[in-house]
Amino acid sequence: MALTTYAAAACEALRAAMHADTRVVVLGEDVGRGGIFQQYKGLQQEFGAVRVLDTPISESTIMGAAVGMALAGLKPVVEMRVVDFALCAMDEVVNQAAKARYMLGGQARVPLVARMPGGLWSGSAAQHSQSLEAWFAHVPGLVVMAPATPQDNYSLLGAAIACGDPVIYLEHKELWGLQGELDQGVKAPVGKARTARNGSDITLVTWSRTLHEALKAADEAGASVEVIDLRTLWPWDRDTVLASAARTGRLLVVHEAVQAAGFGAEIAAAVAEELGIRVKRLGAPRIPVGYAKPLEDEARVTADRILSAINEFAGRAK
Amino acid sequence: MKGERQGFPGSLERVAALYRTMARIRAFENAAEEASKGGVAAFGASLAQAMVRGPLHLSTGQEAVAAGVCINLSKDDLLTSTHRGHGHTLAKGASMERMMCELFGRATGFNGGKGGSMHIADFSVGMLGANGVVAAGIPIAVGAAHALRIQGRESIVACFFGDGAVNRGPFLEGLNWAAVHALPLLFVCEDNRWSATTATGSMTAGAGALARARAIGVPGVEVDGNDVFAVDSHSSSLIRKIRAGEGPQFLHAITYRFKGHVSVDPATYRDGEEVARALEDDPLLYAREKLGQSDAEAIREAAEEEVRKALAAAAAAPWPEPASAYTDIQDTGSRWR
Repeated sequence: MALTTYAAAACEALRAAMHADTRVVVLGEDVGRGGIFQQYKGLQQEFGAVRVLDTPISESTIMGAAVGMALAGLKPVVEMRVVDFALCAMDEVVNQAAKARYMLGGQARVPLVARMPGGLWSGSAAQHSQSLEAWFAHVPGLVVMAPATPQDNYSLLGAAIACGDPVIYLEHKELWGLQGELDQGVKAPVGKARTARNGSDITLVTWSRTLHEALKAADEAGASVEVIDLRTLWPWDRDTVLASAARTGRLLVVHEAVQAAGFGAEIAAAVAEELGIRVKRLGAPRIPVGYAKPLEDEARVTADRILSAINEFAGRAK
Repeated sequence: MKGERQGFPGSLERVAALYRTMARIRAFENAAEEASKGGVAAFGASLAQAMVRGPLHLSTGQEAVAAGVCINLSKDDLLTSTHRGHGHTLAKGASMERMMCELFGRATGFNGGKGGSMHIADFSVGMLGANGVVAAGIPIAVGAAHALRIQGRESIVACFFGDGAVNRGPFLEGLNWAAVHALPLLFVCEDNRWSATTATGSMTAGAGALARARAIGVPGVEVDGNDVFAVDSHSSSLIRKIRAGEGPQFLHAITYRFKGHVSVDPATYRDGEEVARALEDDPLLYAREKLGQSDAEAIREAAEEEVRKALAAAAAAPWPEPASAYTDIQDTGSRWR
């Protein structure tokens, strides 16, 4: 096992996929230079400018062309730079990529992976800091993934490319430099959560960068907190979440996205419906992310805030 | 843009083939229009009465564009279309019966009843899909053309869109991309003068579609879109350039939409004289003149007969099983709630 970064791990996964399958191509802005986060470093040099394709700043056509490529037999990996810019391509994501297979009556599939780095990015303000996973999880036809560690960014990206469906792949803008162990032999199936920490009093479900805040909070909490990294938001791993929540009797869902209508609401509601236990959510307030640090900090779901939520929740009767 | 028409220098067989395609499109759409009566809830009708549900966008009057372009395509070439796509689909070689079945929402339709008129596709003849969103086919065509390049295939892509599409962003993005990469792509602006219920000219600045294409670096020609022989001949030369590796080309075909935006739209917002002039310049009538009335009549009757069979087959075809509403969505995460 070697120590690697979150960015380099994804690059390795893509390199392996491109070696294994000549149908895998990459397209997006600045990919030839390695991508703005270096998550494509060296790929154009290795695979050439035909398979690692630099594009104009044309989000609609990057995504739409990827759909066309997929319909014509390729497996494109799309770079959207940040999820906030992918909003320029929502017709292509929602009306085209997600719907094509169904509307066409199964005549074709759309095996593409759209990488849309999401989440709060220090000092970058409201148009570069959003967590929009709930939007995509809402759309039939899409798979939604959000890796939290270098190992998962390797294993999940490989699984996303292999799965054959359109995948919204949400790396986190503040995790690129995160270091961790990487074992290239480790598989992470789509739709399978990972129990990152065992506990018996509260089940805490989270994903992406917030996992690391949640683990810090769990270490300091008086209660015994089981932390589940969901990893895939659609399809989400009900079995793992329900089994844990049934055991602990309390479910806390924590995410960086705005709490109102966030994906935590879906999980909390499903668990409450299924088990009838106490559920609680913690997400960001429904405010745009401000530029100045005191403003930005208001939008952050920090370990301290998670700890408060845990303590408050643990103090309540079941 | 009806001007002096040159007639047709080609063979009588080609004239007949062009007219046959046009006659089949006209017959199909007339029948579909009849079957759609009462089919749009917004107009107060009972959907239960109609065999064809929902909006039906007819290309009646525009048949020469589909026929004249597609006669120059081979089966391996690809095509993207619009919400007004029955003509392109038939001209590319798709089965009339299976398209009628799809309009009737039957399991035997091209899309198993999941798409209907606005999403007609037949991948077996390279028809990659109509599309319910204006200009949405342009990026898809660009990607398909790029895939052909990557795969080293010799085919080309024909991308049909309407005059309304030139005011959407993907038009600029897609043409720029195709020009930058010199993709094997024929852009066909099928200009019927109307963007839904608004005259396109009143909403389009500058000199229009072809001027915009040229400004982006995509060369092309403007053609009388009601003259099927002119469409054929210009398409032929543009496609020859594309196959020779000269990059994307642009055909701006000027025609007219005989019907409303959808089949139940009486289009009373249009000037009566404008419509009357357009109806006199019916592209089928012009083609018939060149073919001779008796040959043309035989072709028309055969098309009518084909439609009757398609209607009967569609009416008798099974409905999709409700369970099929849950298939062809995604392999991963096939849970519905």
